[in-house]
Order: sequence, then structure tokens, then C-alpha cells
Amino acid sequence: MPAFLIGKKIGMTRFFDETGKNIPVTVIQAGPCFVSQVKTSEKDGYDALQLAFDDVKARNSTQPVIGHDGKAGLGPKRHHREVRCTSQEVAGAELGKEVSVASFESVKFVDVVGTSKGKGFAGTMKRHNFKGMCASHGTERKHRSPGSIGGHATNRGFSGRPKKGKRMSGHLGDERVTVRSLEVVGRDAEKNLLIVKGPVPGSNQSLLMIKEAVRLYKTKAKVAKAS
Amino acid sequence: MSNATVEAVEKSQLKADLPVIEVGDSVDVSVKIVEGSKERIQVFSGVVIAMTGQGISRSITVRRIVSNEGVERIFPLHSPRVAGIEVKRHGHVRRSKLYYLRDRVGKKRRLRDRRRGLGSLETTETTTEQAAPATTAPAKAD
Repeated sequence: MPAFLIGKKIGMTRFFDETGKNIPVTVIQAGPCFVSQVKTSEKDGYDALQLAFDDVKARNSTQPVIGHDGKAGLGPKRHHREVRCTSQEVAGAELGKEVSVASFESVKFVDVVGTSKGKGFAGTMKRHNFKGMCASHGTERKHRSPGSIGGHATNRGFSGRPKKGKRMSGHLGDERVTVRSLEVVGRDAEKNLLIVKGPVPGSNQSLLMIKEAVRLYKTKAKVAKAS
Repeated sequence: MSNATVEAVEKSQLKADLPVIEVGDSVDVSVKIVEGSKERIQVFSGVVIAMTGQGISRSITVRRIVSNEGVERIFPLHSPRVAGIEVKRHGHVRRSKLYYLRDRVGKKRRLRDRRRGLGSLETTETTTEQAAPATTAPAKAD
């Protein structure tokens, strides 16, 4: 299966490389995950593996989850996520098999998916990086306003209403965010830790999905090629 | 914010042989400088006017006077570029941040030697984390 793990954000710290350069890093508790279900194209219409992560007490779980994980010979788990595979990979998979950081041994860059911190109802300056209005020049009570939202005439020549999709105030954060091509700085197979360069979405203890980088940024692709 | 797992990750990078440094100390900081393929050590000596951070982020601000101009450098204590730190003198201070020294000129810049704890210059195995709080207890009038 492709390198994939469910994890938890632990927190950030710093890391000095051999030249003494300071690297900001995030510590991620990555796995251990277990295969809780094997989906095949004959039975389910597509090939995938379902991974389960994080033990949960049976009394805090539900009967359907206990039964589902029990089929794979596991205790109940808190989180379940699917990862698409090829049919050969699915054929070789077995239920209850552990997937750990060891599967990321040769991986240099990862994509991390998480849920960003919720910011509530935010204005356009915070939400879309609008510039706002002048501090002076006669501006009154409009310093953070978006300005004109435009009366866009349609093809018919009238109907002055704002364009669809116009960026305005609204809810910010608490949405699925993918951070691409983060460099893997370190891994600890014993403690199931993955240390990546830079920040990842969400607060500490929030759920993350970690997978091998699909497509690298140009600068990072150069680094990967050189090493 | 720190947490047991993060601390465990940091632990491998912490220096075990750091001396106990406090605010007001006069220190010699040996800094590794890389010039192309060559590497040399430069000593920056001055007074510690502030300490910030914990664990691996612990850093000190050292102030000295170079050709009549105040120079301050911030050193992350656990950085490999800081090759070594030597504590020369303990100053008598009653604050954790000695920013008032920036406004002082001439002899007033000097700190009185601390009367107590002069024998504590030897290094300890523990890192500075366990060291006493930055402010030294005000010496009672004897």
C-alpha cells in the first residue's frame, strides 16, 4: 500500500542540523495503525484498505465500532480512514496487520492533511488578506471594510448585483487543509514519532493524515534530487 | 508550551555540559564561524542581560561595548554553533532583564559583584533548566 498513516499532532519545537542551522519542526505521533477492513473491487466496487488508529476504551466506544474492529481481531479504535490501493496491494493485505512509521523509512517528503484551527466569523482582512481602507484621509469607521463589492451588470445590461463567489466576510478556519511536501527531519520507530519541518494544520492533539508527497514543489524537488 | 513527548525529542539535542548561567553574569561565548570550508572560533564576551525560552529554545542576550558602541547578540544555548560558554563573574542584580544597562554610560555600566554564591562557578551536569530563577535573591544588608 502507499505510505499512509493516521496520526496526532503533538507539538512544535526546534531542531539544529549538523551545520547549526535552526529548523522549526512539528512532532507527529504517527500510528501505529492497523488494517481494519479490506475493500475489494468485486465486493465494494473499489480497492482500498481501511486503517484504524488510537485505542479507545470499549465503554467509550459503540457496539458497531467494537464489532467492526473485532472482525479484524482488534480492540475498538477511535479513528478509521481509508486509503485507495491497487488490486495487487489489496490482495496481499491481511486484516489486523500493523502499519507503523517503519513504512516511511525511505520517504523524504510528506503531505499532511488536517483540520485547521477555527477562527469564527472573520472579516475580509483576516480571511482573504484584503488591505482595508486608509487609516486617515477622512476615513471614518471603515478602516477594515472590504470597500465596494461591485454592482456587476449581467449581459442583459442591468441587474446590478455582486458577482457570484465574491470574497466577503464569513467563517474562517476549521476546514480540511493539506500542507504539501514537508521535509521529514526525523523518525522514531520505537515511539512512533515522525518529525517534519514546518507547521501542520490544527491544534495540538488534533487528527492528521500523513502520506508520501504526491508532487513536490520545484525547490524541494531539487533538494530531493540532490540527496 | 511543552509536553513530555516533545521534551523527549529535544533531549537528544540538549547539551549536558552547560555551566549555570544567570542574568548579570559576565560570560565568554565561543562562537563557531564557518567561512567556506574553514571553521574558526570567535569569542564574544559581555554581560548577560536577558534569558529567554526553555529547553532547547533557551537563549541568552549578551551585551558588550565595541568601540564605544553597544552590541547585543542572542545565543541559543543549545545551538551547535555555540561551541562553549565560560562564566567569568557573577554580577549583583535585582531584575531578570537588565535592559536598563542600555541607557547607562561609562562606569555606571558595571555591575557590582555578587556577594554570595561566588563559589558556584563550577559546572554542573544538569542543564540550565533546573538553575535558579534568573533574578538573584536580593542580598540582605549584612
